Formats: sequence, C-alpha cells, structure tokens
Amino acid sequence: MTRLGESSMKVRELADKLELEVISGPFEKEINGVYIGDLLSNVMAKAAAGNLWITVHGHVNVVAVASLTQVAAVIVVEDFPIESAAVQKAQTNQVTILRTPLTAVDLLRKLIELGV
Amino acid sequence: MQEQTLLQSKIEQGDFTRGGEVSSSLKDVLRKLGIKSETSRRVTIVTYELEMNIIIHSLGGEIEVLISSEQIKVVATDRGPGIPDVEKAFQPGFSTADDFVRGMGFGAGMGLNNIKHYSDQLTVETGQGKKSKFTAIICL
Ligand SMILES: Nc1ncnc2c1ncn2[C@@H]1O[C@H](COP(=O)(O)OP(=O)(O)OP(=O)(O)O)[C@@H](O)[C@H]1O
Ligand SMILES: [Mg+2]
Repeated sequence: MTRLGESSMKVRELADKLELEVISGPFEKEINGVYIGDLLSNVMAKAAAGNLWITVHGHVNVVAVASLTQVAAVIVVEDFPIESAAVQKAQTNQVTILRTPLTAVDLLRKLIELGV
Repeated sequence: MQEQTLLQSKIEQGDFTRGGEVSSSLKDVLRKLGIKSETSRRVTIVTYELEMNIIIHSLGGEIEVLISSEQIKVVATDRGPGIPDVEKAFQPGFSTADDFVRGMGFGAGMGLNNIKHYSDQLTVETGQGKKSKFTAIICL
C-alpha cells in the first residue's frame, strides 16, 4: 500500500512512456497518486479518486471497484490474465485497464522516475 | 421532497457474475441526478460492500436505495443466517470468507468498516440465525 505525490500526467502519456498494454479506455483522465493493493476493501478504504491502482487481479470485481473509487486507471502487473467479462465490463463502464509484464515494485520505480 | 426509491434489486447468494451490478447502476442514476462525485463515491462504495456481503455471506436478499432532499439511504436486507457477534464482525481484519472469495480479493475484513466510515449514520439489525438489515444514511 503506497501513495505517492501529486502529478498532472494523463493516462495516455503514461501508457506511452511505459509501453503499457492497452486493454480498455478512456485515456484522458489525469493521474493523481498511486495505490498498490489486491484486497478490494482496502482499495475502497485507501485509494483516492484519480489514483493509479496497481493490482494482480483481472476479474470483474476489479472493474466494479475501479469504477466506484473513481481511480484514473487500473494497471494489472506481471501480465496476470484479464477475464474477457472484465474487459467487456470495463468498456461499458468506461474503466481504463492497462497491463505490464513488470512487477509492482519495478513499475513503481518507473513511476517514481516519471514523478507520478 | 418526499423519500423516493432510486433503485431496488434482488441479490442472490453466490452470484459473483452479477456482483457489483447494483452499485454500477446506482452510479449511473446518481450521475444523471447531478449528485456530486464525492457523494456518489461514498454511496456506491457503501452499496457495493453491502451488495457483496449479501452475495458472499448471506442466503440472498435485496438492496433498496432511497433519496430525499436531505439524504440518500441504502437499505440492505437478507434472509439470514445473521451475524452472531456484530462487534467482532466490525473489527478490522475479521472475516469468515472462504479461500475461493479470498482469491478474488475479498475477505480483508474491512467491508463493514468501510460502510461505517463512508456513512453518516449506520444501523444494523441482526443476530445468530436471524435476518440481517443494514440501513446506511449519507447526507446530501
Ligand atoms: N449480510 C451478512 N450476513 C451474514 N454475515 C455477514 C454479513 N455481512 C457481513 N457478515 C460477517 O461479517 C464479517 C465481516 O464483514 P466485512 O464486510 O467487514 O468483511 P468481509 O466481507 O469478510 O471481507 P471484505 O469486505 O473486506 O472483503 C464477514 O466475514 C461475515 O462473517
Ligand atoms: Mg465484506
């Protein structure tokens, strides 16, 4: 569980810079801080609107939680599988999902370098 | 304004494929009504936690969301089996969730705490072998 400082980078710019795999859009949201965690209720307790949410989960509940907490995007790490139902639900609910082969820690290092 | 029902929905035990649908539809309804996004965030998180608790821990039930000029009220009722020790259930980290649901990221034992935290007022009626009823109020 980590939270970093302020930033005004948009999701699109981040996805480009870190070569993240795009699963669903939109990409115009501003990123404001980071939350890392796989326990959904902890995410609802601690993740703030506009955060990037880093997780290993790729199922439909992630889409629901991302939508309600109003995070800017979900980044699924270590190339964990993403259910097709989750992709569909993300498209309907306008929840941005990105994916990377990096571990959460390696991704976080890059985010820090970018000042996110 | 008199209290009006925004949404009412039955929820089945173990129905994970539809888990979160009530809260998702509620988010749309609140947006169309022009409710502030911070208020919507609180109301939908409370609703989602209640919805998932019915799916995971109860025999099934329903959620009704009502609005008046002052507040939004989320009422979650189920058909049992009830909570034997409510104080314990509210302790952060307490969970009876099984490995299957833990695998999806549930079972932190934080849901009831979130419901309490994001509500302005919360009442719980339950007991061993009883139906449970949660009434959460969020002021507008
Ligand atoms: N509607 C319900 N019917 C019966 N028992 C319930 C109900 N809601 C909660 N409980 C009991 O209270 C416990 C704590 O609930 P809480 O929502 O805080 O945590 P959780 O659902 O186990 O995990 P999390 O919500 O963090 O994913 C549950 O594990 C369960 O034993
Ligand atoms: Mg719960």
